[in-house]
Amino acid sequence: MEEIKNFTFSVYTENNVGILNRLSAIFLKRHINIESMTVSKSEIDNVHRFTFVVDISESQARKVVGQLEKQIEVIGAFFHTEDEIIYNETALFKISTEHLYNEEIQERMKFRRAHIIAIYERYFVIEASGLKEDIDNMYDKLKPYGLLQFVRSGRIAITKPKMAISDLLAEIH
Amino acid sequence: MDTLKQSINEVETSKTIKMTGAEAVINCLLAEDADLAYGYPGGAIMPVYDEIYKYQDKFHHVLTRHEQGAIHAAQGFSRVTGKPGIVFATSGPGATNLVTGIADAQIDSTPLVCITGQVASHLLGSDAFQETDIIGISTPVTKWNYQITKASEIPEIIARAFFIAKSGRPGPVLIDITKDAQFGELDFSYKKCEKIRSYRANPKIDVEKIKEAATIINAAKKPFIVWGQGVIIGGAEQEFQDFIEKTDIPCASTVLGLSALSTSHPLNVGMVGMHGNYAPNVLTNSCDVLIAIGMRFDDRVTGNLATYAKQAKVIHFEIDPSEINKNVKADVAVLGTVKQTLAEIMQYLDKASHKEWMKEFDKLYQIEKDKVINDQLNPTKPGLTMGEVLGGINKVTNGDAVIVSDVGQHQMFACRYADFIKSRSSVTSGGLGTMGFALPAAIGAKMGVPNREVVAIIGDGGYQMTCNELGTILQTKAAVKIVVLNNSYLGMVRQWQELFFDKRYASTEMISPDFVKLAGAYDIEAQRVSKREDLDAAIKTMMASKEAYFLEVVIEQEDNVFPMIPTGASVSDIRLS
Repeated sequence: MEEIKNFTFSVYTENNVGILNRLSAIFLKRHINIESMTVSKSEIDNVHRFTFVVDISESQARKVVGQLEKQIEVIGAFFHTEDEIIYNETALFKISTEHLYNEEIQERMKFRRAHIIAIYERYFVIEASGLKEDIDNMYDKLKPYGLLQFVRSGRIAITKPKMAISDLLAEIH
Repeated sequence: MDTLKQSINEVETSKTIKMTGAEAVINCLLAEDADLAYGYPGGAIMPVYDEIYKYQDKFHHVLTRHEQGAIHAAQGFSRVTGKPGIVFATSGPGATNLVTGIADAQIDSTPLVCITGQVASHLLGSDAFQETDIIGISTPVTKWNYQITKASEIPEIIARAFFIAKSGRPGPVLIDITKDAQFGELDFSYKKCEKIRSYRANPKIDVEKIKEAATIINAAKKPFIVWGQGVIIGGAEQEFQDFIEKTDIPCASTVLGLSALSTSHPLNVGMVGMHGNYAPNVLTNSCDVLIAIGMRFDDRVTGNLATYAKQAKVIHFEIDPSEINKNVKADVAVLGTVKQTLAEIMQYLDKASHKEWMKEFDKLYQIEKDKVINDQLNPTKPGLTMGEVLGGINKVTNGDAVIVSDVGQHQMFACRYADFIKSRSSVTSGGLGTMGFALPAAIGAKMGVPNREVVAIIGDGGYQMTCNELGTILQTKAAVKIVVLNNSYLGMVRQWQELFFDKRYASTEMISPDFVKLAGAYDIEAQRVSKREDLDAAIKTMMASKEAYFLEVVIEQEDNVFPMIPTGASVSDIRLS
């Protein structure tokens, strides 16, 4: 059995209705669970960027990227291991205001990329960003105080190697 | 969508005519030289059908008896002509009835432009009458799909649809048009699509790879070629023949590659795969270089991948980069259309001769002939065989007929025993294995090549899935020759039950109606043959008929297709009995 690794896929696409369905169907067809997904604008005007995180084997990743790339409205698709990317996730924690002055929370907030972004009479909101482990850690620490709500973004990732989307576009033209 | 808007603006600056979206649809098709469509009307596509009525002197529509029949007919038309097949269906059930055919066309790389009606855009998502999310449903099985909600989008999108369906590795495209977009007005002008910025139809050809492949081929002692439908789709039959003749390499076809090279060509050693010929399957595991041309190493071709051609260097000529290393790892991948890459490699190839190697194929062919082929073509047992029916058809057609086969045992017999002398003469559902494909596909094929004989070879099971299309034959007078090989079983499943499920024939015995009477009800001349001495005369009568003809041949009930590579076995462990 080939080793299962964590891969981040970056897919540059046109910004049209239905592309998400088309891309997710490629994972579905191979019975691959998508761990996280983010869609946003990219560095190029009118080109959108999907970031998928999945745990699969490298040979599977190669086949998936081939299928993603093959879709008509996909400009380019790439996959990377964790050491080839600089990535980040963001999470929001909604906590009851009674814990606002709790010293333990204050202590735990010392993680450099966590801060309070809103305080209301009944609750306050902590934003934390970092690697998956950082957020997991923060979650474990804050859970005992009763999380009124918790949400976490998909991974966003910038790759260390170049992804020559502009070159690709120029070449197709 | 900026690029799209820009090009619409470009069009608008040229000469335009005001018309409705529905009329624009017909004009787009005519501009693409598509004047024949298969379909079935219904509420959401009625504005388009109204234009079909008005344009009936220029544009022809074939009313099938079910949308599945329409799409298979379009596939048959496309497979024999190379042009995209055109299909119309209404929203909801009309659209969902196309899905099997779309999936079939996707896996067999058949270009189709399917146009479905959709409920008006203000009703989208409201569970309106006959509303279904056909874009969502068809996404995994289309090369591209798009929902049009404004009349002004129609020319640009249909132009894209044709470009995408036809170019690169072809495939089905579905355009869903809301009813208000069909009724809406636009300033019409049409410009064919030639490029899409996110889509590379043909990969760049790498001359270094071609040289690398040539070096390996020139050094090969026991080279072997497996070719697929890519040779036909690419129109590379001549380049392929030049290639094999210069290098003197024995070559075998996949099911879908059949007819690209004439059956009798001395280098044609038959068909590979589960029910392919003995020699090419066995020797796949003896060759030193395996050259795959326009094929995708389907599991029915390779058997167990762990033991497939492990001794050989693999060279893969292929248009679709995602097929490279998908199933079989290529030592050299030559990307590009095979028409170009095969032409390009010729200058680097040495003229070669592989007589000794070819003798190994001849030797194994003799074994297959003695143990399998003779019993099929010249049987001595009382029951008729499927092989002898194909042999009888060959005698009359001399290989100059389009053979459309359905799915099952008879399909494998058709692929194994039908002779071909022209490309685009074998039409079958390969990848998806869609029972019910052949009758409607034969109707479409006959309309695509009206001057050729089209013979549909169908089992009693598959025939009853789409025999409603006899109505289409009645109405259009399509002169299709229909041969039902009736063994009163779902034969292929029964064969597997016999071999792998201890003869527990679960739901494979089939009681059928009187097929001759059924054909008669549709005014189609018909006869049934159950004795060997009547077979040849019946085939002659059928082939001499200028009209559609139905021939039922009562076949030995428990005959099996051999050779056979059992699932999970190696190609070289192919069984002869």
